Amino acid sequence: MTSPLEVSLLEVSIDELKHLVSERALSGETVLLNMGPQHPSTHGVLRLLLELDGEIVINCIPDIGFLHTGIEKTMESKRYEQAEVMTDRLDYLNTVGNNFVYCLAVEKLAGLDVPPRAQAIRVILAELQRISSHLVWLGTHALDLAAMSTFLYCFREREQILDVLEMCSGQRMMTTYFRPGGLWRDVPADFEITVRRFLRTFPKRVDEYEALLTNNPIFLDRTKNIGVISGPDALAWGVTGPSLRGSGPDYDVRKVYPYSGYEQYNFVVPTATGGDVFSRYIVRIEEMRQSTSIVQQALDKLPPGPVRSSNRKYVPPPRAEIGVSMEALIHHFKLWTEGFSLPKGSVYLPVESPRGELGVYLESNGGPKAQRAHYRTPSFAHLQALPLLSKGRLVADLVGIVGSLDIVLGDADR
Amino acid sequence: MTLLEQAITAIQDRFGAEVCQFCSVPSLIVPAQHLVAAARALHDEFSFNMLSDGTAVDYWPDEPRFCVIYNLNSYTEHIRISLRVTVSGENPNLPTLEGVYPNANWYERELWDMFGIRFVGHSDLRRIVMPYDWQGHPLRKDYPLGYEEPQFTFNFDEIARRKHRGTQTEA
Repeated sequence: MTSPLEVSLLEVSIDELKHLVSERALSGETVLLNMGPQHPSTHGVLRLLLELDGEIVINCIPDIGFLHTGIEKTMESKRYEQAEVMTDRLDYLNTVGNNFVYCLAVEKLAGLDVPPRAQAIRVILAELQRISSHLVWLGTHALDLAAMSTFLYCFREREQILDVLEMCSGQRMMTTYFRPGGLWRDVPADFEITVRRFLRTFPKRVDEYEALLTNNPIFLDRTKNIGVISGPDALAWGVTGPSLRGSGPDYDVRKVYPYSGYEQYNFVVPTATGGDVFSRYIVRIEEMRQSTSIVQQALDKLPPGPVRSSNRKYVPPPRAEIGVSMEALIHHFKLWTEGFSLPKGSVYLPVESPRGELGVYLESNGGPKAQRAHYRTPSFAHLQALPLLSKGRLVADLVGIVGSLDIVLGDADR
Repeated sequence: MTLLEQAITAIQDRFGAEVCQFCSVPSLIVPAQHLVAAARALHDEFSFNMLSDGTAVDYWPDEPRFCVIYNLNSYTEHIRISLRVTVSGENPNLPTLEGVYPNANWYERELWDMFGIRFVGHSDLRRIVMPYDWQGHPLRKDYPLGYEEPQFTFNFDEIARRKHRGTQTEA
């Protein structure tokens, strides 16, 4: 006869997980239950193995890897400029940010300078992407907690941002618009007008979302004092971004290790002290306002000039130059056949993604392909802290807790 | 002398660490037997209270084959340092850092999964992203990328047999 444990664990043997569940699970006193991998509120394909005493979560064992696509391995087998295309596919809500950190790492190893105009446009697009990622989070998080209308409003605004991305790069999501040394091309003529139109309406929209949720008693009941994590615990478990700032510490990579000219912009790092689902919600809502202000400032002082470095060892020449310059033709040919080589060395570079610290570790062996390309992803770190947040809570709260960490499984599994 | 310089000097003096020259983040190459003690010192005395990342590089076929890298971050002082440990390809193993940084757990699981580096004393050393019954460690340099194997005269039958067996198990 099979014990209840064997049935619920499906394919994994009991011996492998014995150390993670309590004694009571082994005697069948508590129930082991799979949540996911096909569960709508796990935001992708996350499997949580829950040990339940009635409705109370005794243990939560996250099982990831269902979306593992070997991106790091593939990046090692491609040349630097080809590998960038892979990075879009990691965190599919923050594609611009993934390109951003990769380009910064390549530029650091190569010693490439990025023109000020490209830096400013990068900041504008990264912040717009942050807003759009937070909109998806807000919509789905509210949907998990049974507030349907917020979802529809959020996706309406997100569409405007995706239109801006499409206008610049031709793609709504997988843009690969940032290239080592700058941008693929300059933004189109009506870029500024479109972004300004969005900025005019967006702050009012954020007020609308708040009107729907912030004082909504049902939403408050489901978010206040739920999934609490203290500041020191969050730091020890490597939680970063809005999830950390909801617990108090004001660690933000944009302030602490500024990149791409973030030090020029005035913005505050919103924090809250509750450490619960509601605090993380408040922090993200405020971040959308701050991002709007950063985009505004960057647009106001958007400098003219080139958008890509003119170092021809790394950056291909423009088409017009190839027709008249032999040297440009040689560079073009070399760059698109054998790629560029980076000097021997290694770099770890973090940026602030909508979810937290997104770092890239890039090691070059002197050739045109990376010896190692590794992404430190916030979703991976946050999922590790999930058992800490969910122990002793109800199963129904778990949905809110997973939502409040804002995980993207493509980001966690790579 | 800044805190970062103090930390580097202290770890060099106490544990015989070397400063890595080709890294853009200040990096210390620590002997494996002193890894935990060095991490403990950086955590307790020099405010490196956050483990940002743990990863490894495979230099196959060179020896020592692996280099494990821990990126540490100080939330209060806003400085970064990384610890590098070389690991031989023959029975690769390291002591776990879980006792100092609890979140080393998943990073080390990933290293076991992807590189096959064993972490001695680890509380839960299972595969993390690959299926639990997977054979091999995909991020090793001698692990094939997974293209379809071309059928030539000499291996035609063997591959055909393998394909046939695959369809049988699927059904």
